[in-house]
Amino acid sequence: MSGAPEPPTPGRSGKGQRVADRPGVSMVPPAEFRSYYGRPILKAPIWTDEVPAYYFAGGLAGASASLALGARLTGNHRLASGALTASAAGILASLPLLVDDLGRPERFYHMLRVFKPTSPMNLGSWLLTAAGPAAVGAALADRLGILPRLGRAAEVVAGVLGPGLATYTGVLVADTAVPVWHEAGDQLPVVFAAGAAASAGAAATLLTPAADAGPARRLAVGGALADLAAVEVMRRRLGDLGTPYERPPARRFANLARGFMTAGALAVGLGGRRRTGAAAGAALILVGAACQRFAVHKAGIISAADPAYVVGPQRARLAARDGSRHQPATGA
Amino acid sequence: MSTTTRTFGGGYGDAARPRVGFFTDTSVCIGCKACEVACKEWNLVPPDGPLGFTGNSYDNTMALGADTWRHVAFVEQEVPGAGAGALQPAHPDLAAEAAAAAGLDGPPSAKDGMRWLMSSDVCKHCSSAACLEVCPTGALFRTEFGTVVVQGDVCNGCGYCVPACPFGVIDRREDDGRVFKCTLCYDRLSDGMEPACAHACPTDSIQFGDLDQLRAAADQRLATLHADGVSDARLYLRDEADGIGGAGAFFLLLDEPEVYGLPPDPVSTTRDLPRLWRAAGLAAGALVAGLAVAFAGGRR
Repeated sequence: MSGAPEPPTPGRSGKGQRVADRPGVSMVPPAEFRSYYGRPILKAPIWTDEVPAYYFAGGLAGASASLALGARLTGNHRLASGALTASAAGILASLPLLVDDLGRPERFYHMLRVFKPTSPMNLGSWLLTAAGPAAVGAALADRLGILPRLGRAAEVVAGVLGPGLATYTGVLVADTAVPVWHEAGDQLPVVFAAGAAASAGAAATLLTPAADAGPARRLAVGGALADLAAVEVMRRRLGDLGTPYERPPARRFANLARGFMTAGALAVGLGGRRRTGAAAGAALILVGAACQRFAVHKAGIISAADPAYVVGPQRARLAARDGSRHQPATGA
Repeated sequence: MSTTTRTFGGGYGDAARPRVGFFTDTSVCIGCKACEVACKEWNLVPPDGPLGFTGNSYDNTMALGADTWRHVAFVEQEVPGAGAGALQPAHPDLAAEAAAAAGLDGPPSAKDGMRWLMSSDVCKHCSSAACLEVCPTGALFRTEFGTVVVQGDVCNGCGYCVPACPFGVIDRREDDGRVFKCTLCYDRLSDGMEPACAHACPTDSIQFGDLDQLRAAADQRLATLHADGVSDARLYLRDEADGIGGAGAFFLLLDEPEVYGLPPDPVSTTRDLPRLWRAAGLAAGALVAGLAVAFAGGRR
């Protein structure tokens, strides 16, 4: 009875999984759904590749600051130096990425004209405003050997805020109407935290003599394994809603991330005490962590652009809510 | 004046006004697009791009966006067994010939017909407006009329509101860098006038007014249609218990919302924000625990 032309085939894989922990709600987009000429219901995110690049750089900066604080507290000053450098580099890379993606870059400071807890981007801006100068200042004080007490205070500030910096971006993307992001809201912060840990460990492994880099190597390997596991859990829970990860261009990034992370974890884990093994493995993990963020970003765009991912779960929700009644709530 | 409608007057004090909105009764929409034109003219909205034909009925704008604040959807549906009065060929022999030339089994049956659904879509001015809540600059704000408006001098074009909207309403104007959407004619409201689209609508498909009065009118209209046998009629976004807390702009539809390009069960994403922050807290804790384990293994 639908007069609208045949909608495009929604992304489907062979696997028809359901979300086990949501009784009654199937996350499977229906094979047949009705739409307006197959047009998207949502507007896909307009964020460019600078934004996933920031997720990577910001996560690296945050976890590195915490790694540096841990190194300082355990008296491992050479590791602290390496991690502080990585943290400052991550922050310095983040700022131009964030500003340049704005439609009106000259108004970047408007982010700070309000304090708005309902906006993860606003809270993230405040977090960056506090942690950014602290991380860069701490790295400068450490490298130049100046202002030791202020430098240590800055290390504490950056190190304490670091885990927030590494995870808030997961909330930022999940707090949208994009199905593949929003429905993974419980897992995305874990994915981003694990990726941040892996990158921070890898960067510090590159920047620290092998004899002092034990904690960094363990963080790199543990973070990479946690990232692989967290992504797997996320995609299983999403079921068919997660099929954007199997569609280009997200698929390529997801596959690269898996390959690089696995190879990097093996290289660092087995050969990390030697210079070449450490360098090669760390580089693989860094690239893998970046690819993982790009996979999430691209999957979000695919998910928003296909009405199947929007209509399917909402129809399932309605059906679960009011049984056989196949209609939205009315005032009748 | 307004008693039952939830008001957003908190920050406005005595300046708060009764919440206003649109009730779009699509059962009387004739698809004239006067609303689209009036909106463009009054709000000086630039062209959508080069003129083109989509081939999708009479719809050549296809969706709401930065440069389309009212959008008239055209849905052509075959209605089996619509009976006499439905589309019937004046010259059955010519119709049969045309059908054969087109490779069809036969001309449309006299028993079958078409129905044409038309609907003027607009920003919903949600009670729980995700665009407003995620906006990091405060550019999107709630007016004294309970509507949701972008302040052009504040927006820095971060784009967060774009994927946050469960209806795909708001979008960035790329040559400008900022986001734009329906203001419910904030300037006209301030002068006691109704929005341009409602003013231009020749059939009163677009009704403007105090939200509680519109809801009462919509309930009455739905009852009338049901009594007349139009069982497909339903109200969309009228219910305050829905995922967006009810809309400032709600609709009477003659088919499921997705047929018009509307989400069947929209939810404001920020409803889940506490859960999301809890997940982030756990993830941050796990990161700290991972660091502790990494250091527990010693320096080498």
